[in-house]
Amino acid sequence: MSGPIGKPTPYIDGVQKVTGKAMYTDDYRFPNMLYVGLLRSPHAHAHIKHIDTSAAETYPGVSAVTVGTDLPISFGILPISSDENAMAVEKVRYVGEIVAAVAAETMEAAQKGAEKIIVEYDPVRAFIDPGDSLEVCDPAEQIHSHTKGGKNIHKTAELRFNEPEKALEQSPFKRTESFKFAGVTHAFTEPHSTIAIWNGDETLTVISATQVPHYLHRNLSKVLELPMHRVRVKKPALGGGFGGKSDPFAHEMITAYLSMKTKRPVKCTFSREEVFINNHGRHPTTIDMSVGCDQDGIITALDTDTIIDGGAYGSFGVVTSYYNGVLLQGPYKIDKLGFRTRRAYTNKPQCGAMRGHGAVNPRYAMEVILDMLAHDAGIDPCDLREKNFLEENTITVGQLRITSNGVRDCLQAVRKKSNWDKLYGKQPYGRGLGIGCGFYISGSALPIIWNHYPQTVVHAKLDFDGRIVMFSGASDIGQGSDTILAQIASEELGVPMNYVQLEVADTKTTPVDLGSYSSRVTFMVGNAAKMAAEKLRNEMAKAIAKEKDVSADDIVFRDNKIFTEDGAVDISWEDGVEAALAGRGAIVESGYYFSPKMGGDFKGSGAGLSPAYSFGAFISDVTVNPSTGSVKVEKIWAAHDCGKALNPLAVEGQIEGSIHMGLGQAISEDLRYVNGQIVNANFFDYRIPYSVDTPDMDVTIIESNDSEGPYGAKEAGEGPIHPVLPSIGNAIYDAVGIRMMELPITPDKVLAKIQEKG
Amino acid sequence: MEKVQLNVNGFPQVVLVGSHETILETLRNRLNLTGTKQCCDEGTCGSCTILMDGKPVLGCLTPTVRCVGKEIVTIEGVSSGDHLHPVQKQLVQNGGMQCGFCTPGVVMTAIPYLKENPDPSIDDIKEGLSGNLCRCTGYKKIIEAVKNAAEELNG
Repeated sequence: MSGPIGKPTPYIDGVQKVTGKAMYTDDYRFPNMLYVGLLRSPHAHAHIKHIDTSAAETYPGVSAVTVGTDLPISFGILPISSDENAMAVEKVRYVGEIVAAVAAETMEAAQKGAEKIIVEYDPVRAFIDPGDSLEVCDPAEQIHSHTKGGKNIHKTAELRFNEPEKALEQSPFKRTESFKFAGVTHAFTEPHSTIAIWNGDETLTVISATQVPHYLHRNLSKVLELPMHRVRVKKPALGGGFGGKSDPFAHEMITAYLSMKTKRPVKCTFSREEVFINNHGRHPTTIDMSVGCDQDGIITALDTDTIIDGGAYGSFGVVTSYYNGVLLQGPYKIDKLGFRTRRAYTNKPQCGAMRGHGAVNPRYAMEVILDMLAHDAGIDPCDLREKNFLEENTITVGQLRITSNGVRDCLQAVRKKSNWDKLYGKQPYGRGLGIGCGFYISGSALPIIWNHYPQTVVHAKLDFDGRIVMFSGASDIGQGSDTILAQIASEELGVPMNYVQLEVADTKTTPVDLGSYSSRVTFMVGNAAKMAAEKLRNEMAKAIAKEKDVSADDIVFRDNKIFTEDGAVDISWEDGVEAALAGRGAIVESGYYFSPKMGGDFKGSGAGLSPAYSFGAFISDVTVNPSTGSVKVEKIWAAHDCGKALNPLAVEGQIEGSIHMGLGQAISEDLRYVNGQIVNANFFDYRIPYSVDTPDMDVTIIESNDSEGPYGAKEAGEGPIHPVLPSIGNAIYDAVGIRMMELPITPDKVLAKIQEKG
Repeated sequence: MEKVQLNVNGFPQVVLVGSHETILETLRNRLNLTGTKQCCDEGTCGSCTILMDGKPVLGCLTPTVRCVGKEIVTIEGVSSGDHLHPVQKQLVQNGGMQCGFCTPGVVMTAIPYLKENPDPSIDDIKEGLSGNLCRCTGYKKIIEAVKNAAEELNG
């Protein structure tokens, strides 16, 4: 690599961000702009008897009022569970659900105007505990009429391969354990914000804090009954997502509608409390898992039964249900595997996708049980894992196609660096090491909406000024995808990065990218960008070869020059541009990405399919205070196989950020409800690790060079969270001999277990 | 509403403000200084940190009327043109920001911190930044950036 690929590269928008110049959605303001005030439900589950908007309509400053029946068309990120409305229609299903909205001259008038709307409710039984949702109920109490069997089960995902229950019965070592996980939420720093502008040409522009401009575009079009060619979605700088901005949202529909109605720009920005209420975070989960192994520590089978608490609406829940099972097919070879996941509808804010989507909680369960089996069988927990790792270029029992696989190198790296072989099981009471491994998809192979389009397209444009403009729908949400786009163009065309400029995440001007979810961007957009830049280079080379009478294949683009090794061609970039554009003008080339066809032919076979998988192994070093139960994570050694680190600075950042988020879920974060209402919707009571809680981090990047990834790259944004939690849980066992089966691992739970053990 | 004169980034600004209005709201909504970020609105995240007479204060908890007669400096007042403060420069070079939303607050915390603590240890810096919530980076690269900035400032 002669250009920036593979070199630590500061973000191209870094200076904008450190100077406060980067524009996030709420930083935009437009002349004559109105503000949205939302009225939310005080009930967890109630029929709406009557709404009286008259006092709001005449409230000073209010321009428009809207209620659910104005926007009756449902929406949702998955076409199979588009069960949401912009505002509640006929009934409310959680405390905080939006019932009505106003647009007013000031934020204050909007809030006060919304409060003037009078709603009469008729409360019905609220389902708070997901266990209750699994039982048959009075049809009048059903949360959604479309659920089957008179129950409130949104989805049952179940797959079984090779009779795992039989193999478990015969296993010399077997563990059946129950786990419980609190719900956690993304807690990105930038609150949800959206601005809608109804333009003079009868088109709609929506500027929004979204990870999925494309799906927002589609859902706006559907709900507002506006043809797709009249909708434009732009994502400006975005203050963190982690999956929490990967759904189309009610407030986006409402704001757009109010702009259409008033013919004025309209803005809606959430308070922090509203961000918590919007949730879409990781599902509260209970898992009953059985894993067996033989005398040598070889895993015989795995069987798991899981209940996830989905809240009131679908979101990504169908995918989450499958991921809880299918993403147990690695990083270990397990030929006998079964799972059932039931996603319950409950009367709480909905859960959805969050970093490591669907795989974080089962990963904790699996890795803790493996640790137990290792102890049962008298095998070192690292050794047991090494015996069971999948090889590279293999197919799992559920027909996930594994290509590159650096998990063995990951484990060996952290094992050595942490001095595991000397320290494990041998430290004084209260200090311990723990291991956890993981793997994750590098982009979902299947698009959410089935069609024959590529999963992403990137255009590369070159004109007389010599700048390369990369047009991509990819959404930089802080992970650095814009920088990767610039690095790739710079690498392929041999120009400095400041010759590359971007047009991104604007559905009017940029070709479709499906969005920043499922860790797909570097892999898919990277491949498409590389193809576009290569094609642009080839077009330039062809023209220059013709003019200079050399072979196009001999032309090299490097160090801002275009030359042949024999010196027949030796020109500057600018001269090359002039030669290439002569007689034709600007060159625009397109690159695209399609996932290869793969997977089995059974129902559910598409879940978890990815063109590549990342792998990782982490070791945590913890101190447990046996008299207070407090756990301090002192250090984490993290090794992650991202194929090839296109920007090692960003890859490290993703791994370190994953450690932070995993640590939070492991020891402190817990979205708590009383009667369905979130009671800790703020950063005082929802405890996120701060700088003082940060452990020492030792990051190792393992490069397995994937054959299909751009320059060999795979994902790094989500995979690194999976090993974090179990490595902490297992380290606590090494420190004080207790197994933590319930997250977060708060001091009270630790103390109770220590006392129970005696 | 009350008419007040503020000194923001060295310039006098006359604005009409509500009696409960915070300086965060005034800066963003009346003076169009949107570099200071609104994140939690209750003093828990540090994203709205600004300087009042050189000391860091939380914009979301500071009434605008209390800023009269004080020198207010926001992120927009830290650097001019291409010249970045060492804290800003090191944050960029070390990858000490991802989404960037908490970053103005981090800059406005770290600058006065390094003035008072010119030679901090890693643990000191963790303590100094303990009021700034970052959800992206895991803090490691922020801490390293501030450490490097201290060395650059001392250099």
